[in-house]
Amino acid sequence: MAEVDVDPITTLIPGIDSSQRHLGFVWGPGDLLAYETQYKPTGAQHAAQSCPFVHVVRKDEDIYSPILRKLFNESHHIFVGLQNMKDDVPSKNKKHQYVTHVSKNYRSVIRACMEELQRVAASDIIPRWFECMFIRQVSILLAVELIWNLCEVLFIEAAPAGSLLLHLLDWVRLHKADVDEKAQEVLQSECPAEHQAYWDVTVCYILQGRIDEARQILLKQASQQPAARVTFKLMDSLLMKMPIYNPGGTQTLTEFDVKWRRWHQECDRCLQDNSFASHPHLELICKILVGDEDTLLEQREHLSTWYHFLVTRLLYCHPTVKPTELHYYAQASMDMFLDGRSAPEPLDSILLAAFEFDIHQVIKDCSIALNNWWFVAHLTDLLDHCKLLQSHNLHFGSNLREFLLLEYASGLFTHHSLWQLAVDYFDHCPEFGRVYLELQIERVPLDTERKALKVLRICEQRQMAEQVRSICKIMAKKALRNNRLGSALSWSIRAKDAAFATLISERFLQDYCTHGTFSDLDLIDNLGSAMLLSDRLTFLGKYREFHKLYAEKQFAEAARLLLSLMTAKIAPRSFWMTLLTDALPLLEQKQVIFSADQTYELMHCLEELTTGKVAPETELSMQEDNIEATKIELLRLALARNLALAIVKEGTLEA
Amino acid sequence: MFVARSIAADHKDLIHDVSYDFHGRRMATCSSDQSVKVWDKSESGEWHCTASWKTHSGSVWRVTWAHPEFGQVLASCSFDRTAAVWEEIVGESNDKQRGQSHWIKRTTLVDSRTSVTDVKFAPKHMGLMLTTCSADGVVRIYEAPDVMNLSQWSLQHEISSKLSCSCISWNPSSSRAHPPMIAVGSDDSCVTYGGKVQIYEYNENTRKYAKAETLMTVTDPVHDLAFAPNLGRSFHVLAVATKDVRIFKLMPMRKETATSSGPTKFEVQIMAQFDHHNSQVWRVSWNITSTLLASSGDDGCVRLWKANYMDNWKCTGILKGDGSPVIGSSGQPVALSAAGGSSALASQNALNGVMAGRYFFPPLDPPWAGSRYAHLLPPPSLIEQTCESESSRSQQTLLRRRFSGPALHSLPEKEGV
Repeated sequence: MAEVDVDPITTLIPGIDSSQRHLGFVWGPGDLLAYETQYKPTGAQHAAQSCPFVHVVRKDEDIYSPILRKLFNESHHIFVGLQNMKDDVPSKNKKHQYVTHVSKNYRSVIRACMEELQRVAASDIIPRWFECMFIRQVSILLAVELIWNLCEVLFIEAAPAGSLLLHLLDWVRLHKADVDEKAQEVLQSECPAEHQAYWDVTVCYILQGRIDEARQILLKQASQQPAARVTFKLMDSLLMKMPIYNPGGTQTLTEFDVKWRRWHQECDRCLQDNSFASHPHLELICKILVGDEDTLLEQREHLSTWYHFLVTRLLYCHPTVKPTELHYYAQASMDMFLDGRSAPEPLDSILLAAFEFDIHQVIKDCSIALNNWWFVAHLTDLLDHCKLLQSHNLHFGSNLREFLLLEYASGLFTHHSLWQLAVDYFDHCPEFGRVYLELQIERVPLDTERKALKVLRICEQRQMAEQVRSICKIMAKKALRNNRLGSALSWSIRAKDAAFATLISERFLQDYCTHGTFSDLDLIDNLGSAMLLSDRLTFLGKYREFHKLYAEKQFAEAARLLLSLMTAKIAPRSFWMTLLTDALPLLEQKQVIFSADQTYELMHCLEELTTGKVAPETELSMQEDNIEATKIELLRLALARNLALAIVKEGTLEA
Repeated sequence: MFVARSIAADHKDLIHDVSYDFHGRRMATCSSDQSVKVWDKSESGEWHCTASWKTHSGSVWRVTWAHPEFGQVLASCSFDRTAAVWEEIVGESNDKQRGQSHWIKRTTLVDSRTSVTDVKFAPKHMGLMLTTCSADGVVRIYEAPDVMNLSQWSLQHEISSKLSCSCISWNPSSSRAHPPMIAVGSDDSCVTYGGKVQIYEYNENTRKYAKAETLMTVTDPVHDLAFAPNLGRSFHVLAVATKDVRIFKLMPMRKETATSSGPTKFEVQIMAQFDHHNSQVWRVSWNITSTLLASSGDDGCVRLWKANYMDNWKCTGILKGDGSPVIGSSGQPVALSAAGGSSALASQNALNGVMAGRYFFPPLDPPWAGSRYAHLLPPPSLIEQTCESESSRSQQTLLRRRFSGPALHSLPEKEGV
């Protein structure tokens, strides 16, 4: 495989003198920032430029075109369908049919996209330069479809001698459709036979091998020229007798070949005995029928491309051409047709490589010449499914497919919504797909909770534990910064981040202490087993449960829970005073709620809390301490009273 | 590639570093004017400066973002011998209305006695750790034990490389596969000192960083280095900016005994070497998936390097100044207002992108045949004018420059195959 060396493209950054300064840069997810700088540590400070610019340099990918987005979306469906093929299609023959069908689907998506582009380009609502872009895209798509179709004929359909030519004829007809427009124009005119484009159309029909249509249009001329009736009749019979290979028929290729040679000789004879000498147009047609090269080359205008010339030449000289012989005719036709008038363009060499059955060259040249990876990635994948890449080059068949798919998908990932399509492409790259996805997906900006959930779902489905954790953590951090405690808590629970959950629970409790109410009740009430993530979170959940019980007037239950929070050391010591204060109203109730034993335990807690206290130092804390002391006194009183009541009550019941 | 947008950075002096945040929605710039600026990208893709403050009392060499898991945190390092950590706090409502954010200094790291030349956060799986290196040859690794309190940083490790350090790079891949690893580059110009790239590895047993490897073949000053994401491979890839661009492959050698406590030894291979910059190379950096390497050198260009699927490396793109210093009529640089100007620029540049768009294939058929070159003509709005009015003039010069710039270049930076 010869290396086609291509010079790197230079992109100019405005306002920077590269001979004087350095160009600094930094990679972004989808673009590159460039700025003027000076890396050399020069002693004397150079005349500083007082307004440096930072330039956003972007790959000019077509993914930003709204119409091409449809192409990406539609082809994504086809791609995914193709990847799932193995399971559905058992027999080899059916598989082949299916792959051909997929190839046609891809092409019809390209066609639809092209039509849409043309339609939009033709409407006047869009600015001129936009129209230019559309026309450029149409021309690229047109080429893409042309190459794809040829690859389909040669590689996927893999038509044998005989039917090969029929497929090539279809290919040329499809891509040289202007004949039909012209024919329409001629046939709809008042007198078609006298229309100036009449003979052009007729010759074009013959060049494309559309014999029936040619005969019909010739009939119109024949009826106008009764004098030349015999000549026209002769031509008509020649055309009628022209053998066309029928791949489904009983006739063998050899039989066809014999028949065709006989016909060819007959045409030749007509030419030799000057049967059409009186009629230059018919003589020209006859010369085409015998495949006279000079005559064909004179029709350059009508053929317009070397590959049309090739196919016409094959039709009238070598209708039973074998796939292996194609490259010889292709090269010769190209040389003859271009004849040094113009150098072959990228498209020409790509088609030539296809005729040479050099798949790798086709893919390689296409990836150089086209400015997106869409085409090469999808075509290579399709060819890989036909097992064509392996047979051609055992070493790197599947790698090439993956390489191209990764490039294409990475490109999609820079787009704010198309990145979701890229996920499926990465999924079908066995070697590096997952790592690429991991690297790319964590860079998707988590602008909203909805987007974060979307990204999260993708990661969860693929068991990307680290990415899941990271996303949740980022979201938790973000929510906390914005003081949305509930959201922060639920994200840190998802991240299973105990430290962070503790921190947020702490904030909730602080808020409760200052405001006396809880926010985000829904969340705290429904913690369930998530509560066990951190001690503080467990306490938060349980403490909230206590409040619920209290509100529901289930005082005994509430009292038991409150006590257990302290005795089981679930509550942090700093919070015990609040809990004991919460016990106050329960102690003051008319009915006895805390039993004698429970009251003892409460008293124990209170003593434990107060014994370790150090003497206050400042005046302010002394004042605070006074309040504290009063609280403790109140509590002691209430506890003592409750104990008395409880003992009396318990004693009475026993009696 | 094309210039999609130009942002007037409004620094009073040379910019030394620009850094994207993890998601690419924010960037930070730092400059010899001793300040750092933070920029936010709006929905429409425009960049707005949301904070600008004096950070150091000397040139600020580098600025870098912590992983968003740790919040909105920046670190900067400077000629003033310090590195600093900054955290954005959610400001008061009127700040928000003005679209401004507030950054406060959490700590100043003053251990270095010479200019701090590089600052990098360690990979996030190691916790919140910050690394600095300085001209006196010391690499310092700090840790914030409590990620909620960024004012406390403790100096965990001091690695003396014995050579003036210019740059550091952490191996980004996770510790499960291998111990934490950091590469240190030196710009010491004395060739006899031997290898200018040292690789240190953390040892679980001694809880210290030990030298695992010195790239002996790199004897010239090193200005930058960058580990590529590991991609699950068994080897590591390190790009080095020295008198040329080099890409090394470091293959860990099997340890003799499982209990061996010595650092990993590597088999070092050179994967590629490019001297296209003609002289010193100052920066190297990988894109996210390490499919592209960019380098900046003395030729004033940024070059993009890419390997095909058979690991052949090639230059696939060049960014280059167009050679015109931006000087307006009054001798003052032409300033474009950052916000107002950039939207106008954006549309013009989108246009420019079209012009730069490739034209590979002739239209194959009418009705498009007639338009083969039509779209290459400039739209009327771009035709040059010699208008003396101040504002339109600056606009025009810019447009002219832009238009005469990258138009009509063909071929994308992707000779993929």
